[in-house]
Amino acid sequence: MRYNEKELLCLSKQPAEKAAELTMRGPKRNDAAKSRLVKLVVNFLFYFRIDEEEPVGALLLEQCRIQKEDDTGFSLAFVDEPERKYSFVCENKDECEEWIDALTKASYEYMRQSLIFYRHEIKKITGKDPLEQYGISEETRFQPRS
Amino acid sequence: MKLNERSVAYYASCDSPTDKTGYLHKKGERNTAYHRRWFVLKGNLFFYFEEKDSRDPIGVIILEGCTVELCESSEEYAFAIKFENVKSRTYKMAAESQGEMESWVKALSRASFDYMRIVVKELEKQLEEMQQNRVSGRKSHRKLLRKQAINPHSASQISHSFSLSYGTPVKENGYVTWNTTQDQTIDTELNGKAHATNDNSDISKYSTDQAPERPLHTQRLPPPLPPRRRSGTGGVTSGIGGLMLTQDSNTAAGTFSFTRLHELFGRDVIQLRRQWQENKFRNDGGSQLDQMV
Repeated sequence: MRYNEKELLCLSKQPAEKAAELTMRGPKRNDAAKSRLVKLVVNFLFYFRIDEEEPVGALLLEQCRIQKEDDTGFSLAFVDEPERKYSFVCENKDECEEWIDALTKASYEYMRQSLIFYRHEIKKITGKDPLEQYGISEETRFQPRS
Repeated sequence: MKLNERSVAYYASCDSPTDKTGYLHKKGERNTAYHRRWFVLKGNLFFYFEEKDSRDPIGVIILEGCTVELCESSEEYAFAIKFENVKSRTYKMAAESQGEMESWVKALSRASFDYMRIVVKELEKQLEEMQQNRVSGRKSHRKLLRKQAINPHSASQISHSFSLSYGTPVKENGYVTWNTTQDQTIDTELNGKAHATNDNSDISKYSTDQAPERPLHTQRLPPPLPPRRRSGTGGVTSGIGGLMLTQDSNTAAGTFSFTRLHELFGRDVIQLRRQWQENKFRNDGGSQLDQMV
């Protein structure tokens, strides 16, 4: 599948929502645990070898599941391949919980659901759709879907 | 650079919400003919398939840091997706009707993660403020301001209790989880690259008049509370309606104006329509202009 790699590369260099050196292990059985700079930018998780400018790889954070794995670790797996897990180990429990929280809320779909929720709640209180005044209430992306 | 391509392809075809689908003609990179492809827009990802019923996408265009504009082309109803990053490829597209072109341009120019995030943050803030009004039981605008100024903790407590009662995705402390200076330090130290600080010129990204200085998606400071204005009846005007671009000692570099951002988004669309109208007018030799709503 083709994708605009140069743009993804550019994205990886933007300031991150969250970044830290974590121990990361790939999903294959032979993959060893390695120290990586892990960086969250919009709905992508980039991982770099320490002190390298370009990431080793990127993970799109849609249709994925984050799970706590013991005190300082978590795993990331995708819905279409749930047994293939990317594992991460953090410095401490707090850092681990922050990452789990950040990654769980990193997807575009999560944001969309939040928006639909807030919109509904505001309308319940005020009786008015808060998006109307910006002329965006009919946009497809803001509509609830079954 | 590796990418979890299989899962990305799965995302393209799974039943998560799509924002727009349809046929478009895409200009090839090496083979410069236009190819008709089935396009699916989901969030900030723009997938294209050989056919409507193809199982896997041929490719995907990641829509961050781009603008969508009309372009000169042998094809009718042509538009282009351009990236700020000079090295990135420009995607030339052509729709099959005027209506479709406008609809795609509109959908694509608002497809970025950042746009969605801005709207979500705005509604989240509005809802929190309503909760504060409810809990404090006071309608007085002045009292609300004073309360916020004196006791910023109440805001976090209220939104915390709010999230408990509603079981919602509201953040625990009611604030954005973006990290600011902490992350900048990490990036500088570990990546060996210094990142520029944000400033108000982020918003200029969406203005077609100015050269963008910094993409909006790099803006990492959460929008501060806007100043309030009293309406004629003495009630509180909506935070957004009363927004002004102001700087005060409490706001960080750049005050974010949601209204302004929307004006700028709207301006792009209006300009595109005007351009097309002028082109059509010229081509038709001054025949009747379509009424565009």
